[in-house]
Amino acid sequence: MMGALVLPELGHFSLILAFIFSIYQMGVGGVAARCGLSAHKQLAYLLLTSVYGQVFFLILSYLALTYAFLTHDFSVSYVAAHAHTRLPWPYRLSAVWSAHEGSLLLWVTLLGGWSAAFLCYARTRIPLAIQGSIVMVLGVLSVGFISFLLFTSNPFLRLLPEPPLEGQGLNPLLQDPGLAIHPPMLYMGYVGFALAFAVAVAALLRGKFDGVWVQWLKPWVMLAWSFLTLGITLGSWWAYRVLGWGGWWFWDPVENAALLPWLAATALFHSLIMVEKRHAFKIWVLLLAILTFCLSLLGTFLVRSGVLISVHAFASDPLRGAYLLKFLMTVVCLALLLFAWRSPLLVTRQVFHFLSKETFLLINNIILFVLMISVLFATLYPLFLDVLGMGKISVGPPYFNAVFIPLFLLLVIAMCIGPCCHWQKTRPGQLIKQLRWPICLAVMVTVVIKLGLPPLPWLKIIALFLSLTLAFTTVFISTQRRRLGMMLAHMGVAVCALGIILSTSLQTQRELSMRPGDSIAVGGHQFEFMNVHAVEGENYEGVAADFRVYHGLQTLGLLSPEKRHYFSSQNGISQAAISSNLFRDLYIVLGEPLEKNNWAVRIYNKPYVRFIWLGGLLMMLGGLISLSSKK
Amino acid sequence: MKKKFFYFLPFFVFMLIAFFLWRGLRLDPAQLPSTLIDKVAPSFVLPSLLDEQKKIRSSIFYGKISIVHVWSSECKVCENEYDVLLQLAQLPKVQLIGLDYEDDPISAKRYLLEKGNPYHQVLRGDQKNVGLNWGIYGTPETFVIDQRGVIRGKWLGSLNEEKTREQLKACLRSLKDA
Repeated sequence: MMGALVLPELGHFSLILAFIFSIYQMGVGGVAARCGLSAHKQLAYLLLTSVYGQVFFLILSYLALTYAFLTHDFSVSYVAAHAHTRLPWPYRLSAVWSAHEGSLLLWVTLLGGWSAAFLCYARTRIPLAIQGSIVMVLGVLSVGFISFLLFTSNPFLRLLPEPPLEGQGLNPLLQDPGLAIHPPMLYMGYVGFALAFAVAVAALLRGKFDGVWVQWLKPWVMLAWSFLTLGITLGSWWAYRVLGWGGWWFWDPVENAALLPWLAATALFHSLIMVEKRHAFKIWVLLLAILTFCLSLLGTFLVRSGVLISVHAFASDPLRGAYLLKFLMTVVCLALLLFAWRSPLLVTRQVFHFLSKETFLLINNIILFVLMISVLFATLYPLFLDVLGMGKISVGPPYFNAVFIPLFLLLVIAMCIGPCCHWQKTRPGQLIKQLRWPICLAVMVTVVIKLGLPPLPWLKIIALFLSLTLAFTTVFISTQRRRLGMMLAHMGVAVCALGIILSTSLQTQRELSMRPGDSIAVGGHQFEFMNVHAVEGENYEGVAADFRVYHGLQTLGLLSPEKRHYFSSQNGISQAAISSNLFRDLYIVLGEPLEKNNWAVRIYNKPYVRFIWLGGLLMMLGGLISLSSKK
Repeated sequence: MKKKFFYFLPFFVFMLIAFFLWRGLRLDPAQLPSTLIDKVAPSFVLPSLLDEQKKIRSSIFYGKISIVHVWSSECKVCENEYDVLLQLAQLPKVQLIGLDYEDDPISAKRYLLEKGNPYHQVLRGDQKNVGLNWGIYGTPETFVIDQRGVIRGKWLGSLNEEKTREQLKACLRSLKDA
């Protein structure tokens, strides 16, 4: 019993030790960087101890908090606020990162983990002095975040001597497998970009950046990007299943906060190819590497400080926001000043023909950058107006769709042509030769789809045609050049775009009041409302409605949407029932009970909606494969 | 010279954004201005909750500073506001009016009997147009109305919030001084 009581203190103590190690890491890194080529083996050893020591204590601290959640140690106030004795154990594990303090602890632990992994990789490949510079920058970030954790949002604060007997419970919306793994994946991505940032700053400090540096940098950017892609995909899938209205992207500030670094990182690794192969774009790459991480930090700030209102109602606290902003400003200002000072050293000039891979990589970068800037400004625009006292507004999906879709289509065109081009110069004839069959095929399929479907707006037909062209071109190129990673990722974009176009144009939905015995047809399926019965789970009770679904004469089985009432929360939530295969989702939400045994019911038929997340997974897979095949 | 500026551009852009973020920290995104502020309160004739026969008209606002508090017996947040309401009710020259919003009058009456009634008057707000006329988002909500029946302030959420209470008191003070 006494042992259990002490454990959170041990976690707290480990965190303090990790903080000391992070200061040590910063110092040793600085010394190693100064020593230059003459640095000797002992210094390498010290570097290693500082990073490994830090990650060891961070993991220890993280495990202590996890243990407190698993054993319902309500003497820890963070546990008391976010756990409940009746919470099933997988959600007790994920409850660790369900709120500010714990997710920040996860963040620093991941940062420690990434630093250790990078050092492991760097030991044999990168000269010690450069290792030192990179490790020093990572140390600065670590110091900033661990002190933020310790001084403003300590997860180990206690409620002693009288701990509460019951916790307040986890937000029911977060009790979902999709969300349980979404934040760690997202954070893996965010934090991974810290390495890109550190390498870029080290390059600026040393005034050198060339193909070798890119080889060090690229796998880490790809890995972080893959995680971020998976994180965003999971988040979207979660929103689709849990928020109960079948949407998968809401242009919410918090979603945009994840999309911004994703766009910047996508631009980053495409331009890395330029530095590697053509020694061009060096400054641009460094700026993107810095920006990507800054946008990750900005995302964290937006989510955690509450300057913007969002459906992701996280607890917000201006004090924490102020600390985070100060840290963000220091880091970013220093990095950008360094950039302004040192980058003129790295200017290179390259000449290339208009019709070349370079041009299309440049176009890709410009479009991605413009997309990023427009999403950034639209996200912050309400804040700008509010600060200037010009009123409260919100920027909604119409703006984003109007800006994003045309730019995205341009990007798709570049993606069709770019991979077919050669470096420096491509003959137009060659290009036409490569593109003619995919385009013909795409035209044919578009015509077939157009004839088979209800009338679509022109923009959608164009989008459909372009996505199909992208898919066919990608397959066609992959038969000639073995770039499996790139091919999968581009295919992912095409599949995702097709999913978006088809699911938004073919969706059918009904909102109606039904009583047991009623039957309704939606999108070629017959739904029969059988009965309503009570259900009980480990930490909730509620009602479920059984619907039998028919397709023609064939029975597809039972769908049971529920209305749950979690013991620890006052609001009931709807649990949608979804029957899915690759080509369509049937989605039923049980609404409020009405008079005379009637229930409000929403039924959707969403064809091809799975393609959206399938595309995301393909992109992630492509990223991982290009990582392994790069050697 | 021109070229140098170019390299500093990212820095300047970021500084600009940082300035707005910094100022934004002091703003509360939950505070929504009501379009009704500085307009005459909507006119109404509503039954009193405690005395069905008695009709209360919007003329009740004339000559006194009024605080209109929108509440309901089903609202958990409102239960904890009790102490603040009692304080407000004791302020000189101020009348505290409750608006029992979209509530069952019987349970509302029982609620006031059990907990005590801090209000000088309680209006029944279960008619449809009450919420629309007053632009009510949900309970609790608080309006301050001056001696001439003009709405001078509106706050969403619990009165236990330090910030809300401060602002409310400042608003009352400015009205008394005038």
